[in-house]
Amino acid sequence: MEKEALDDLRQVIPDDRMFLDLAERYCYSYDASFGEYLPEIVIQPKNAKEISEVIKLANTHKIPVYPRGSGTSLSGGPLPVKGGMVLDMTLLRDKLIIDRENMLAIVSPGVITANIHKKAEEAGLFYPPDPSSSNVATIGGNLLENSSGPKGLKYGTTKEYVIGMEVVTPTGEIIRTGGKTVKNVTGYDLTRLIVGSEGTLGIVTEAIIRLIPKPQSKQTFVAHFNHLIDSGHAITSILSSGILPSALELMDNACIRAVESYRPSGLPLQAEAILIIEIDGHPLAIEEEINKCADICTAEGASYVKIAETEEERQTIWSARKSVSPAITQMGPTKISEDATVPRSQIPAMMERLNTIREKYGLNLVVFGHAGDGNLHPNIITDKRNITEMKKVELAVSEIFEAAIELGGTLSGEHGIGTLKSPYMEMELGITGVNMMKKIKEAWDPNNILNPGKIFPDKGQTRVVLVT
Amino acid sequence: MANNLYSDAYDWTNQCVKCGYCLPACPTYESMGVESASPRGRINLVKMAAEGKIDFQKDLAEPIDLCLGCRACETACPVGVPYGHILEAAKEAIENSPSTIQKNKMNKIKKLALVHLFPYPKRMNRIGSAVQFYQKTGLSKLIRSLNVLQKVSPALAHLEQALPAIETSSKRIRTGTIMPAKGETKLKVAFFAGCIMDSMMSRINRLTIELLTLAGCEVILPENQNCCGALHSHQGETKQAKALAKRNIQAFMQSDADVIVNNAGGCGASLLEYGHLLADDHEWAGAARAFSEKSKDISQILHQLGPLPFTEEWQGIVSYQDSCHLRNVQKVQKEPRLLLQSIPGVSYVEMEGFDRCCASGGIYNLLHFDESMKILDEKMKNLKDTKATTVVTVNPGCQMQMSIGIQREGAANQIKSMHLVEILAKACGLD
Repeated sequence: MEKEALDDLRQVIPDDRMFLDLAERYCYSYDASFGEYLPEIVIQPKNAKEISEVIKLANTHKIPVYPRGSGTSLSGGPLPVKGGMVLDMTLLRDKLIIDRENMLAIVSPGVITANIHKKAEEAGLFYPPDPSSSNVATIGGNLLENSSGPKGLKYGTTKEYVIGMEVVTPTGEIIRTGGKTVKNVTGYDLTRLIVGSEGTLGIVTEAIIRLIPKPQSKQTFVAHFNHLIDSGHAITSILSSGILPSALELMDNACIRAVESYRPSGLPLQAEAILIIEIDGHPLAIEEEINKCADICTAEGASYVKIAETEEERQTIWSARKSVSPAITQMGPTKISEDATVPRSQIPAMMERLNTIREKYGLNLVVFGHAGDGNLHPNIITDKRNITEMKKVELAVSEIFEAAIELGGTLSGEHGIGTLKSPYMEMELGITGVNMMKKIKEAWDPNNILNPGKIFPDKGQTRVVLVT
Repeated sequence: MANNLYSDAYDWTNQCVKCGYCLPACPTYESMGVESASPRGRINLVKMAAEGKIDFQKDLAEPIDLCLGCRACETACPVGVPYGHILEAAKEAIENSPSTIQKNKMNKIKKLALVHLFPYPKRMNRIGSAVQFYQKTGLSKLIRSLNVLQKVSPALAHLEQALPAIETSSKRIRTGTIMPAKGETKLKVAFFAGCIMDSMMSRINRLTIELLTLAGCEVILPENQNCCGALHSHQGETKQAKALAKRNIQAFMQSDADVIVNNAGGCGASLLEYGHLLADDHEWAGAARAFSEKSKDISQILHQLGPLPFTEEWQGIVSYQDSCHLRNVQKVQKEPRLLLQSIPGVSYVEMEGFDRCCASGGIYNLLHFDESMKILDEKMKNLKDTKATTVVTVNPGCQMQMSIGIQREGAANQIKSMHLVEILAKACGLD
């Protein structure tokens, strides 16, 4: 970092919140994807004013800025791919106000998402987006990546709940978007544009989040299928029967085997799929709905159906799903977690395509995910030190993306584009579509200061490169 | 040096998928707020050091040194990264790496205690007697009134005030003694006395043995047992830890006890890991594993043989602070709580953050006083919220740290810190 730039930064940020030493810089060089890029400096701002001044200086000195929450991103969102400055936002956590009357939460970006869940529930309210990292991830990171999790099917994703924000722009101004009203059609909807922008269009310094009444009750059941195609039909039959589950999760045979060898709990090794279905709402309504779902599964050929009678049984059902991640990492240290998403009618077709890819490349590929909304998580387990296999992984990943697009789906359901999927953007959006997005980026961020190297591919980059 | 770390811990660091699920479990990440004070950060730094990207002394030593070693991150980790093993391998590598910065004075004191004090029961006893003399003669009151220690070292001053009243050595039960069970003999146990417990807290050891006999145990105190070596492992002195482990295995395996019982969470964790510590030593691996399998915490045994014959009612609210090594390494959580709830009259209230390290961390509170007190003061707020009049722990370090916290809050008249054994013994009419 140039001395002049550093001297300027020191006028704004005290030394104890500015890190130049190698150890600390390495600590902000990664996220939960497997990329690693060393920043030149790490800064921990405490408020919007500091961020605004830092961004202005970054524009003056042409330093790339990478906002970062807890670093749980699976797409490389916060990675400082062009060096520069990491802005660790975790100290901005002073505000978590629940406004019961207006059914809102007003939060600082560094607040942990699970704390919002907790505070909302204490007030009898509910904030549905629930990424599996919610105990760790910050709401700011969730907003910018538009995270969701298993409840997306019934309740939608983060963007459905953000109605207002305070944002520092890429040139360092502080603006407000939206507000406290659920209805708001004044001008362009900048809130929706910034949510999910992966930190390329602004740094959120406060968010106003809509809350809904907490569902009174929930029930869960599990169904085993000997044929994957039957589970696909069960999903579509349930959804077209007028029932909207709050979660509809799928595990494939490779997952079942992995979980069973990791922590044996009597899962059916011969089954091609397990569905876990949860319904929430009024106790009388869900009683009827859960039975109907179970009947549909049986009619579609489920070999086993079990409705949880107690909270303990409910936990047992979910523990199989929750064991997937630890179970599959026993197969190798590098986990490439994808989130290609297809229209739900195409789930069986997508599963077929994934099967073919698994066999073609001979990789450890397991599939689980939020089947109800078509958001599948094909995970390839490998070892990034094994260069030959990593080359095969590159090809397999490309084919997964191609399959999703061909089936009318999208590159990413909830992890974001980040560094991994940028080469495929044109495939989904077309050249003009990507160019419209680029124009927005260029207009907002003329110096390309905020999170450069994300979403848009570098010149000539046509597919993912995992190892060089 | 990089080679050594490479072979020991590099593969373990590669198991980490950097999901960050450990972050909310880590007390130093919470209090310091930087990634280098988190388990994920530390694991990555060990990896970077093994790859030769950063320097052991200059870059790795401080973040590793600031870890409490509470291992709450292991409980939180979804993929089972063996953080404790990485930590100890890193400490050993740092300890053995060429020093580029002058090691500080505290390091020398640390070494003196580890190498020349804890391993020698007789020396520890002499210190115990000296402290007892100091407490009895009124010298302690004089020192406190002059505020001498406060001026020398606030850390030592706090510790001095937290020290329990030490019993005369005549009350101490000697090694080699066999205490018969009261009534029917249900179990034969060998008691691990520990070094600090034995010298400074011999009263708790005596009460432990009395409780065990009351519950139907024949209690053997094997001769030639010594310090468990936990503090040595934690400070990177692996060689000495191994030597101490072997001496203990030899001393205990000669007795025909069914179980080896201890009453200190930290020691218990170390005994439980002898199997791992000596896994590569062909001559000792089998015996070490057998030793570890027999090792149990006092709460497990008393709960197993219970209910205890209580004779007195307890007054007031009781809360429990988990010992990290009992909770996260030995995975004992229920038993101490159930025992406390079984005492007549006890009204038990769970404290917010009970599973969070109190930042005693072996001798962490001496080495990193300010960092430790920051974490402790937060804990005291939670303790006050329970309105407890007694806070119970199962580890001498935690117990003293609780006393320090209570003093800092000026609440010594309202709350007292007790070892589980003390409160159980009192309720059973022993003392």
